[in-house]
Amino acid sequence: MQPAITSQSSPSKVHRPKQRLAWIGQGFLLVLVIGIVYVVASNLIKAPTLFGQIVLSGLQLGFVYALIALGYTMVYGIVKLINFAHADVFMVGAFVSYYAVARFSMHQWPVAVFPGISPTMAVIIGSGTVILLSMIVCTALAVTMERVAYRPLRDAPRIAALITAIGVSFFLEYFGALSFVFSSRFIPYQRPFEVVAWYIKDGIHLVVPGQAPPAQSITFSNIFLIIVVASILVQLVLQYLVRRTKIGIAMRATSFDKQAARLMGINVDQVISFTFAIGAAFAGLGGVLYAVAYSSIYSQLGLLPGLKAFVAAVLGGIGSIPGAFVGALIMGQAEALTMGYISTPMRDAVAFSILILVLLVRPTGIFGEPEKEKA
Amino acid sequence: MRTFKLVSLLVLVAIVFTACTPAAPSGGTGSTGGELKIAILAPLSGPVPTFGVSTREGSLLAIEEWNAKGGVLGKKIVPIVEDSQCTPDPAVNATNKVIDQDKVHYIIGEVCSKASIPVSEIVNQKNVVQISGTSTNPSVVRDNNGNVKPYTFVACYNDEQQGKVMSKYASGTLKAKTAFIMLDQANDYVKGLAEFFEKNFTADGGTIVGKETYTAKDTDFSTILAKVAEANPDVVVLPDYYNIVNLVTKQAKEKGITAPFIGGDCWDSPDLDAAAAAGGCFPNHYSPTEDRPAVKNFVTKYGEKYKDDAGAAKLPDALAALAYDATNIMIQAIADAGADDPAKVKDIIAKGKFEAVSGSITFDAFHTPIKPVTIIAVKDGKAQFDSQVMP
Repeated sequence: MQPAITSQSSPSKVHRPKQRLAWIGQGFLLVLVIGIVYVVASNLIKAPTLFGQIVLSGLQLGFVYALIALGYTMVYGIVKLINFAHADVFMVGAFVSYYAVARFSMHQWPVAVFPGISPTMAVIIGSGTVILLSMIVCTALAVTMERVAYRPLRDAPRIAALITAIGVSFFLEYFGALSFVFSSRFIPYQRPFEVVAWYIKDGIHLVVPGQAPPAQSITFSNIFLIIVVASILVQLVLQYLVRRTKIGIAMRATSFDKQAARLMGINVDQVISFTFAIGAAFAGLGGVLYAVAYSSIYSQLGLLPGLKAFVAAVLGGIGSIPGAFVGALIMGQAEALTMGYISTPMRDAVAFSILILVLLVRPTGIFGEPEKEKA
Repeated sequence: MRTFKLVSLLVLVAIVFTACTPAAPSGGTGSTGGELKIAILAPLSGPVPTFGVSTREGSLLAIEEWNAKGGVLGKKIVPIVEDSQCTPDPAVNATNKVIDQDKVHYIIGEVCSKASIPVSEIVNQKNVVQISGTSTNPSVVRDNNGNVKPYTFVACYNDEQQGKVMSKYASGTLKAKTAFIMLDQANDYVKGLAEFFEKNFTADGGTIVGKETYTAKDTDFSTILAKVAEANPDVVVLPDYYNIVNLVTKQAKEKGITAPFIGGDCWDSPDLDAAAAAGGCFPNHYSPTEDRPAVKNFVTKYGEKYKDDAGAAKLPDALAALAYDATNIMIQAIADAGADDPAKVKDIIAKGKFEAVSGSITFDAFHTPIKPVTIIAVKDGKAQFDSQVMP
């Protein structure tokens, strides 16, 4: 709205201060980038294995953020709503898998049903079932959420929907904190599979439990591999879905112009529900993987990862799917490097400084196109 | 009509509430006659209700035992339990109430340091004896000028002694030369323990090879642990609550870090992940698995009196043990004084020696017990008594 009005008045007057601001911002950014590159490079030379280890933990974090960020960006792309409750769907995903494993031992069903099954297959199928269950519950939750809280506000001002999203988020967090739901305690998470770790030094070797790997080696675990593979897979599936399938075309059409899409015979409500469902399924997957990786869950688990995934989505360009992915990886690295070379408590400050910087310097993000104003 | 219904409903609710509030005693009978009153300030609601319940149970058990033996000074002991919520305001109100209205001369509690400190200000103005079972902050027994508060005692070691014991155990039993400290900079308790450890450990010739801070909400410790692996210390010091301990020890195991973790009494929780923390150890006030007769006797009696939700005998935690100790010390001192006289009782406590569940106790110049500290080792899937170390 604003640019349309200003462009009608004398454009030269308005543009000059804007440009100067942009120059200050870009200069500042340049200094910042040089500083970061210098610190990172000097540490890389000083202690290469520690650097490698930090980058790996940043990758793990980044790929988890990517799974959450996709939901933010897809929903925003379609209904222009920042669905803050998305982070709590992620939390619910973690809890569903916790109950499935710790209470109902669901990860052991293949052993119970097919006694002769090989242990590896049993673990894969069992864990897969747990993840699938979490994804289904999250999908159901998100669709319900959309139907109950967002659909009635479809034609209301955007700010109303945004505040509703915050309300839904608080509801899920504090309803979850009730003692008969998830309780507000930190709950030790029981994994559906055992962790296996390897270290890299003159090749890849298995870490023997209770025995320290040699000095100057980089370790990684099967959880890391699973997170990376799952996240890349999700990205590919999503790209295919959006670009090649009918529902993907419908999604893009709805995103472009809801009214016109409806006139073309697209069931817009269904498409929006579907978008929420997909985002939630990935958040559920992310929730399980996050809980497996960091092994402690509580009712406000989603808060910080959710906010950081949101920053990642903004950084990548909200509405853009590859943008969310790249943004998340950058966020993961930024956090890990801050923890490694500045201090751990600074990491949230750095994460949110990135948000402020992006909004100041390039509000549309890395992959974002300048928003075309519609009526 | 609707307004009328609403009003009548409100009136009804109001009546029910007033009926529930116990009527104030008509006249303060004081501690004269056939009974002697002891107040128990416990946080039965608020942030740490389980601490309050344990304290009440431990304290009431001690009073019951004394009454079974005929009370003290020929009088029956009457406990007055107040909910002080681990918060200064309710604790102050409860203290004023029990002193002014119930004419109590002896107070057990509070549990939390931040509530015990304001309580101690009042009791020292009104000459009432206070023993807190579990407030480890030194300010509970010292005023702003560093002088001891004459009427206030604690039954537990303080954080300074705890840090010293952690260091002694690390350099003595574990023969550690290097240590890595992980701490939450925003938590005074954690910070205090880490500082006292560092001071003693370096004084004993050890080296701190690294120190990393995190925040209470962190879940990803991989970067800090990468630095721990790089520094390769003999012990890792992590004096934080069980939720952080569970996360860190689990992630450390996966990184192949074999150095043992040393914690503080805050590790004591049924939710501690014993598999992840295996090999670690922490100082505590007492261990129910210790063989000493005083401990066994206490655990049995407590289990007979209190049952958990499943109906099984309840295992007393450190809070119950310390409340039991505090109450016993108070009543023993009253008996030794031979009169219901707080001024005499406080002198007897300060000079006396008491056999308690948490060890043999004498008090130092700052009314803090000098007693052995129990070290608990995490092994075979549970927290077990390891040894006792004198600070």
